[in-house]
Amino acid sequence: MKPGLRRTMGSKWWLWRGAYFLIMLRELSSVFIAAYLVFLLVLLHKVREGPAAYDAYLDFLWSPTMIVFHIVALAFATMHTITWFNLTPKAVVVRRGEERLHPALIAGPNYIAWVTVTALILWIVLK
Amino acid sequence: MARTIKLEVFRYRPEIDDKPTFKSYEVPFREDWVVLDALNHIKDTVDGTLSFRWSCRMGVCGSCGMMVNGFPRLTCAAFLRDYYPHPIRVEPLVNFPVERDLVINMSDFLRKLKSVKPWIIRKEETPVSEGEYLQTPAELARYKQFSMCINCMLCYAACPVYGREEDFIGPAALALAQRYNLDSRDQGGQERRAIAFSDEGIWECTFVGECTTVCPKNVDPAGAIQLGKVTAAIDYFKLLLPWGRKT
Repeated sequence: MKPGLRRTMGSKWWLWRGAYFLIMLRELSSVFIAAYLVFLLVLLHKVREGPAAYDAYLDFLWSPTMIVFHIVALAFATMHTITWFNLTPKAVVVRRGEERLHPALIAGPNYIAWVTVTALILWIVLK
Repeated sequence: MARTIKLEVFRYRPEIDDKPTFKSYEVPFREDWVVLDALNHIKDTVDGTLSFRWSCRMGVCGSCGMMVNGFPRLTCAAFLRDYYPHPIRVEPLVNFPVERDLVINMSDFLRKLKSVKPWIIRKEETPVSEGEYLQTPAELARYKQFSMCINCMLCYAACPVYGREEDFIGPAALALAQRYNLDSRDQGGQERRAIAFSDEGIWECTFVGECTTVCPKNVDPAGAIQLGKVTAAIDYFKLLLPWGRKT
């Protein structure tokens, strides 16, 4: 136990400033991403059960509540992706002699790969 | 009429106060004054009982860190002109016990700092007669940023993980562990690993990143911790290899 007057952060510390609020949003995002994965697994299960079960489940997924849920989950997944892509220059430091490779050159390829894979998936889905 | 600015200063004298209070002081406003100048003005001319730490007045000693309007700042680098005409609230660094007024107890930080062995460890010391341990500029560049830490503890006041988990080794100590791990002259990485790569070390960090934001010396403790995580992860996977357990 530390001696002296102990000043604790209390339960509302995450409302003190924007950066703290964002970290809590990022923590909360895991709930939505986990839920999305559960719905995806159920979808795979319905495929196995047959066309009728699959169509019924698709109707459920097209309900307004589920559409809102997916938009929120997508927003959280995007937030997560940007956070971790921006982290990569901190975790991977490449040096040429005394010079450090610019962080954008480490984070950039992640974004390029993201856009490329997204475009490829969109092309497959929409063609 | 001479301009003034109001400072709301955290006061706590354990021998007479049951709980902390804020006391307001009107101090002269000068363009070239920092918050530390205003505190010294109060101590010298208004209220000599006010206690706070300071030393160099030039962002080197790391003594004068306090919460200025809720943000951890070196008060020698926080200009009154950036707050004028609004009042400035000065408090001791959060997440630390308060000894008196703006003075915190830093024992916990010092204990954790020592635990990561922030000095060059050699398996076998070579005699002085054999000369210095030489290092190239490129080898120096690998750790130089992390060596700029002045132990001001602003990063601990900005870190909600340290605020919630007393056992967390914390940003500055982990950055300094990384500073020595990256030093080509050092051979103590394995010794530091037990503390720095433990659950209370790098793995406690959830990458809030505020330690890096508030650091007055651009040390980037969050970056140091992420580098440590990569090293620890690579070490773990090496252990999974058939020949990895020998090392």
